[in-house]
Amino acid sequence: MNIIYVLIPLSLLVVFVAIVFFFWAVNNDQYDDFDSPSKHIILDDKKKVKKDVFHV
Amino acid sequence: MNENKVSKTAFDGDIYNYKVVKQLTLMTIVWGIIGMTVGVLIAAELVWPEIGEGIPWLSFGRLRPLHTNLVIFAFAGTGLMATSFYVVQRTCQVRLAFDKLAAFVFWGWQVVIVLVGITLPMGFTTTKEYAEMEWSIALFLAVVWLSYAIVYFVTIARRKVSHIYVANWFYGSFIITITLLHVVNHLALPVSLFKSYPIYSGAVDAMVQWWYGHNAVGFLLTAGFLGMMYYFIPIQVQKPVYSYRLSIVHFWSLIGIYMWAGAHHLHYSALPDWTQTLGMVFSLMLIAPSWGGMINGMMTFSGAWYKLKTDPILRFYLVCLTFYGMATFEGSFMAIKTVNSLSHNTDWTIAHVHSGALGWVAMITIGSIYVLIPRIFNKRSMYSISLINVHFWLATTGTLVYTISMWISGIMQGLMWRAIDEDGTLTYAFIEVVMATHPFYLLRFIGGVIFLFGMFFMLYNVWMTVNKKEYSFSFSKEGAVT
Repeated sequence: MNIIYVLIPLSLLVVFVAIVFFFWAVNNDQYDDFDSPSKHIILDDKKKVKKDVFHV
Repeated sequence: MNENKVSKTAFDGDIYNYKVVKQLTLMTIVWGIIGMTVGVLIAAELVWPEIGEGIPWLSFGRLRPLHTNLVIFAFAGTGLMATSFYVVQRTCQVRLAFDKLAAFVFWGWQVVIVLVGITLPMGFTTTKEYAEMEWSIALFLAVVWLSYAIVYFVTIARRKVSHIYVANWFYGSFIITITLLHVVNHLALPVSLFKSYPIYSGAVDAMVQWWYGHNAVGFLLTAGFLGMMYYFIPIQVQKPVYSYRLSIVHFWSLIGIYMWAGAHHLHYSALPDWTQTLGMVFSLMLIAPSWGGMINGMMTFSGAWYKLKTDPILRFYLVCLTFYGMATFEGSFMAIKTVNSLSHNTDWTIAHVHSGALGWVAMITIGSIYVLIPRIFNKRSMYSISLINVHFWLATTGTLVYTISMWISGIMQGLMWRAIDEDGTLTYAFIEVVMATHPFYLLRFIGGVIFLFGMFFMLYNVWMTVNKKEYSFSFSKEGAVT
C-alpha cells in the first residue's frame, strides 16, 4: 500500500490549496456581506427576464 | 457593476456569450436521451439475456460502461458545463472569456464523447470503472478540460462585481478536482493508440481507482450540482437562498471532508483495515455538510410553498433535494462496515446510485434546463407548462419504481447470500438468488422506460420553445418592457 504515500500528500496538497483560497477569500472581503450577494442574483435575473417564465 | 452596459441592449444575449450555453444545453438533452436509452437496453438484457447474443458490441459488459460514461460525462457533464457558463456570466456580470476557446470546449467535449461512444462498444477499455476511455482519448480530454478551466477562471478574474457568488465556488472546485483526479487515475504506459497498462497494480490500483471514483461522484455529481442548486433554485423560487452564510460553511466543510472517504468502496478487501475504517468515519462525517446543504435548499422554499401548486419546475427541485438528502444519508449508512457487509455487490448499490443519479442529478438538471431555455433563447416561457408537469410525474414515477425495486432485490440478495443452514451449508444456491431477482429486474426495466419516456416530452417541449415565434421586447434600465 505504498500508494497512500502518494494519495495522502496529494490530498493534503489539495487541502492546502483550499486553505490558501479560503484565506484569500477572507482577506479580500468575500465574506464581509452575507446578505446582499444572494439577493443580487434574483434582482439581476428579474431585471432582464420576461415575467411569464414564472408560472404563477 | 457595469449597469449601463447591460441595460442598454435589448437582449442580454448580445452581451453575454449565450451561443456556447445554448449548444451545451441542447446537447445535454440529446446525450441524456442516448445515455438513458443505453441504460434501458442493458436493463432489458438483464431481464432477457438472449438480447444481443453473439453480437460482441451489444454485450452487457461493453454497453454498461457506455451507459455510465454517457450519463455521467455526456449528460451530467455537459449539463454542468452549460449551467456553469451561464451562471459565471450572470453572477460576474461579464462576458465569458475567450469565445474561440469556449467553442473549442464545446466541440472538443463532443468529440471526446463520440470517441468514447465508438471505442467502448468496440471493446477498447482500461477496465477502470468510470475511467474506461483509453489513454489517447483521456489525453485529449485533459486538453479540453484545461481549456474549460481557463475559460471559467479567467471569466471569474474579469468579473465586474467584487463578490464571487457561492455557486462559482462549487463549480470551480468541481473543475479543479476533476482535473487532478482524471490525470492521476489515467497515468498509464501506452503500447498502441487504444491499449495501455496502468502504472498501478493490485490493491494500489484499486485504491487509486476508488480515490478517483468516489471523488468523481463527490465533485462532479455533488459539488458541481450544488453549484447549480445555489443558483437555479433561488432563481426559480424568486427568493434568495435561505442562508447564504450556511452555503459558505456548506462549501468549505464539503470539500474538506469528501476527499478522504473513498476507501469505503473497498471494505473487506486487501486494503489495510485502518484505511477502511478511516474511509468509514469520514463518510459518516459527510452527513453534516450534505444535510446542511439539503436543508438550506429546502428552506429556500419557505414562504413560497404555494408556488408548487402552479410551477412544475419547482416540483423537480423539491424532489431533487429530497433525493439528495436520502441518497447522502444512505451513502453514509452504507459506508458503515457492518451495513456494507450486507449491501456490497448487491442491487442495493444500484438503488443508491440511481436514487442519486435519477433523483438528484437528472431531476436538478432537467429543472435547470427548463429554467435556462427561455432565458437563453429570449422567450417568454417554455412552450407548454403542462408538458413539464407530465415530465415531472413520469420522472418521479420512473425513479421510484427503479429505486424501490432495486432496494428490495438488493436487500433480498444480501440476505439470501448470507443465509446458512444449521449444518453450516449455504441455504441458497446462487442460481436461486438470480431467479428471485428476476422479477425486480423487470420492474427496474419498466422504471427506466418510464423515466426515458419523460425525456422525450422535454425534447419536444424544448424544440417547440426554441422555434416559437414571438414579437421581440426590449427592456429599459428599470426593467420595464418598452
